[in-house]
Amino acid sequence: MVDVSENMIDRFSRRAFLSRSSAGVGSLALASLLSQSSQASATSATPLPGVSHYPARAKHLIFLFMAGAPSQIDLFDYKPKLNEFDGRTADRELLGDVRFAQLRPRNPNAPSKLLGSPYKFRQHGESGALVSELLPHIAGVVDDLSFLKGMKFDEQVFDHPFAQLTLLTGAPLEGRPSLGAWLSYGLGSENANLPAFIVLMSNLLPRGGSGTSSSGFLPSVHQGVPFNCHGDPVLFLANPPGVTADARRRSVETINSLNALRRDLIGDPEISTRIAAFELACRMQTSAPELVDLTREPKHILELYGAEPGKQSFANNCLLARRLIEQGVRTVQLVDLDWDHHGDTPARDLMGALPRQCASVDRAVAALLSDLKQRGLLEETLVVWGAEFGRTPIDERRPGTIHLGRDHHPFAGTFWMAGAGIKPGQTLGATDELGFMAVERPTEVFDVQATILHLMGLDHERLTYRTQGRDFRLTDVYGSVIGELLA
Amino acid sequence: MARAPALTRRMIWLGVGLLAASVAIAVFVLPARGPSKRRQLPSPVAASAAVRPAEPAIVQPPADTRAVCRELVQRHSGTPPVTDSAAPSDPALFDNRPDGTEPVAAAHWAFARPRAAAPPEIADRAWARDAIDRFVEQRREAEQLAHSPEADKATLIRRLSLDLLGLPPTPEEVDAFVADSEPDAFERLIDRLLASPHLGEKSAIRWLDLARYADTNGFEFDAQRTLWLYRDWVIDAFNRDMPFDQFTVEQLAGDLLPDPADSQQVATGFLRNSAVAPDTMTHRFEMLVDRVNTIGSTWFGMTFSCAQCHDHKFDPLTQQEYYQLYAILNNSIEEVTGAAYVGETLTAASPLTGELATTLVLAERGEPSITYLKVRGSPAEDGEQVEPGFPAFLHAPRCGDGDRLALACWLTDADNPLTARVAVNRLWESLFGIGLVRTSDDFGLRGELPSHPELLDWLAVDFQRSGWSNKQLIRRLTMSATYRQSPVVSTDALERDPQNRLLTRGGRFRVDAEVLRDIALSASGLMSTNLGGPSVFPWQPPGTSENVEFAAFHWRVDQNENRHRRGLYTHWKRRTLYPSFAIFDAPNRTSACARRERNTNPLQALVSLNDPVFFEAAVYLGGRMLDETDGSPAAAITRGFRLCVGRFPTPQELPLLRSLFDAEQKRLLDDADAALALVGGSDVAARFPHRRIADWAACAVVANSLLSLDETVCRE
Repeated sequence: MVDVSENMIDRFSRRAFLSRSSAGVGSLALASLLSQSSQASATSATPLPGVSHYPARAKHLIFLFMAGAPSQIDLFDYKPKLNEFDGRTADRELLGDVRFAQLRPRNPNAPSKLLGSPYKFRQHGESGALVSELLPHIAGVVDDLSFLKGMKFDEQVFDHPFAQLTLLTGAPLEGRPSLGAWLSYGLGSENANLPAFIVLMSNLLPRGGSGTSSSGFLPSVHQGVPFNCHGDPVLFLANPPGVTADARRRSVETINSLNALRRDLIGDPEISTRIAAFELACRMQTSAPELVDLTREPKHILELYGAEPGKQSFANNCLLARRLIEQGVRTVQLVDLDWDHHGDTPARDLMGALPRQCASVDRAVAALLSDLKQRGLLEETLVVWGAEFGRTPIDERRPGTIHLGRDHHPFAGTFWMAGAGIKPGQTLGATDELGFMAVERPTEVFDVQATILHLMGLDHERLTYRTQGRDFRLTDVYGSVIGELLA
Repeated sequence: MARAPALTRRMIWLGVGLLAASVAIAVFVLPARGPSKRRQLPSPVAASAAVRPAEPAIVQPPADTRAVCRELVQRHSGTPPVTDSAAPSDPALFDNRPDGTEPVAAAHWAFARPRAAAPPEIADRAWARDAIDRFVEQRREAEQLAHSPEADKATLIRRLSLDLLGLPPTPEEVDAFVADSEPDAFERLIDRLLASPHLGEKSAIRWLDLARYADTNGFEFDAQRTLWLYRDWVIDAFNRDMPFDQFTVEQLAGDLLPDPADSQQVATGFLRNSAVAPDTMTHRFEMLVDRVNTIGSTWFGMTFSCAQCHDHKFDPLTQQEYYQLYAILNNSIEEVTGAAYVGETLTAASPLTGELATTLVLAERGEPSITYLKVRGSPAEDGEQVEPGFPAFLHAPRCGDGDRLALACWLTDADNPLTARVAVNRLWESLFGIGLVRTSDDFGLRGELPSHPELLDWLAVDFQRSGWSNKQLIRRLTMSATYRQSPVVSTDALERDPQNRLLTRGGRFRVDAEVLRDIALSASGLMSTNLGGPSVFPWQPPGTSENVEFAAFHWRVDQNENRHRRGLYTHWKRRTLYPSFAIFDAPNRTSACARRERNTNPLQALVSLNDPVFFEAAVYLGGRMLDETDGSPAAAITRGFRLCVGRFPTPQELPLLRSLFDAEQKRLLDDADAALALVGGSDVAARFPHRRIADWAACAVVANSLLSLDETVCRE
């Protein structure tokens, strides 16, 4: 469990400060225009008329959400100085006067010690980016990536669920629309047979819950629809026992004929929406099972990803993500848990569990990138790797543990972006010599959100929805597009 | 009238109040308050073992909340006791800004007290049945739009049954109503429905959204809690037509009433419904903030949460005032109590009659707590100390402003401009599909203006004068010609009044998620009509609540009739809401929800077609179609159709269903396995000949389609 910091949770403070400044006000006039049109499209995933603010660089988004927070220090953020100081007491002389719960010694009798990375780093590709030995396949495609090594997070959002919600919905509370829902709301779907926003989970819902893919106050048609690689691909997709596809088609035809008669008599246009919904449901019943059926992929592709049809795994989900993107799905959010390596149990050990977790994603992520590239899809698909936190350069050393671990950390983390609209092979931002704090070109999750929306053709300040008496947007009153990343 | 400066007036009132207080105390002494009067259970173990026969119930007539508020007013303001609690004080009291500036009330319609203007004269006088109709017709005449004719009787009885009970009428009920040609048939139908204990169930659904009632704590771990007695209290209060002012007072301050009855303690569950964060250092702050926000949504019809961090940007609520409300709530402590309470209208069918159940209630601390404004809304940063008090943009308090009881009395004071309007608008929304103020969650400066401001005010005043009677208000609205209009919409009306704001026709909208389930269960004959009791666990897809990191919960599907209880009794798990409810726009109730979205999407189609709960209903409905007719296809289809939508199928509709039946019957005669699988497996095979099973299965497919019809899921 995570302690509460001494300087306490003040998760609303910056929010309040900025919203009292004029930052959020300028866009209101346009926002109200937009929100009027939003009412008209409340029932279908069609794009808002005129909402595309820029020419879109990306048509699709694949968000690789590494829930729990991978240790950037052991994966991407190489810190030779930290290795040199390995074992030294993490005192103020080294870290400055920063107070945060995660930095207090877990064991009062044993002061916190710096922990260098036990893993080797090497430069890769033409860009010469440093990647640890834990990710050899990703290292092989590193020239396609652009790193954000100065990510920092709201230090007042102190625990995973709230930070996950902030990452994906812009607010540390359930009830806001998630990134994928906003994209669906703003841009609609390109495939009438599938939802615009699909969520693929390696195993369970993340700690932030279904709020991390919810439509919040947006119409529910924009919510993330979970797809599975095994069993029913979508909730309630399978026909009941004894009901064949033919029988189902007959039923839906009858339903819709009756609904059409009713519409003609009553004149309620909502009935047309329901007719369309039944048609889409029927088409999903046909298309989704084929789509999730990975046995249709050739053997070399399955091997490339490390996919095994019939299993629920991150590798299968990467392959499914490509198949969904091919079909025009707007956003695919992959959720992978178990990156929370505190070192308190063998399952969260930096030495045993982290390499295993890396191995379970490394090949598949690299395969996804090269497969997309080979098919020309990377030009129109933005791929983002990110998490709700980074991790500390300190050995967490919980009392009694024999494992190595790092606490989650709001002051430093690494994201990367690749694909459509991204200038590849760059590294933006940096942490200090010990990897403790983002010091150079720091970026926040709101900046990442703003950049994603920008690349998809949307202005994060103008994509708003009016509810509960005010206009809401994904980035609230924060965020700016990270211009240096753009191609 | 020359205005005395507001400040001076306030000081005068204060002086009188002090003088009067000493007199009043002698006349009416509020009893000591505190936790000592409650039967407290020693431990959670005892709590879980609390299912035992009740001690002889201590019969105590619940306090007359109106009298209590009257005494409060008398104590604080020195106004002579009035017999009519709804008698408003001097309207000039609105000018309560201490600095004498223009009162906000004058600037925003919703903050000025509603006044009942005389219903206007209209051209088509014969049409109007009630004052309501004259207001509505006047606006339509001004826009040169026509009203619609009265809907046919089958439509009307289904509309009324769904609106009032959340259940479709049986074909027999439809027939009886259609055959009843007495002039008061409609009125008698309404009165019959108003007397049904299912009325409370239906009315409770949206109130429980506001009350954010759930069976789990929410947040990360989402642990279970026991608060269903509160849910039952709400149902019972609606059934007994508890006046809305009493309903308010008991929920906000039932524990502070003199000699509170168990039911009044249970009512404070309203406040206890807050989600509880696992983090001990902030959870009290989060809970109190949630309660302030909930009171804002429920009685003010406004979003208060902005003022947690700063003065409200659009509405005249200051941060200071926000924390004054917070201070009122800050004096309370959380308790668990055993209550010998069963709502009197729920006893007949309640599974729990006579048992002592535990529930969460609120009590007042002995010593007042000190409250500080939280700088930028941060629990860590104390600002200035604030005293309890009410927002100055509304009427000055006549009843003191120190505690929850004063707050409740102030909210239901005749001077309060919002409470009645917000309540009336909410009921209007539930009966017409859209509120007179469309933004029923925002009566503030950014909310939309009412479509019929005079009507809203007239109804608000009437509501207060009627003694805040919910049932009288329902009766008045449903008796109106406006309510009885046909749902058929012309192209012209659709173009000029697309959202039906001008009420050119009867409202037509999809029912709530819970009611959708009830329709399916009711049509199939599966529905249990038990009232109240602990929340139940109907079938849901395995893994729904199990596959959540840190909040995994094993959902043990009920094996008895609890499988088929009405939707509102479903275990409400905040983090993983019952899937078919989530798909049909039910809120997770982490915070107060004043308005549900109403979307149409393909996942909903999959629910009514494939969710095993709905398909089971289809199989049973298919059985009824055969059992309750001569078994001929036309008769069976007609029966099924009527069980879903009330009316008879038309000559165009019947053949469509008939050809579906014929095709399915043929298929299932040829495919015995499919027929058996469809109606539930091998044990059926021994009991019926194959021909009968094929017919049943074909009827089940037809029933499955009937339950998916737009008309079935809509209230017309």
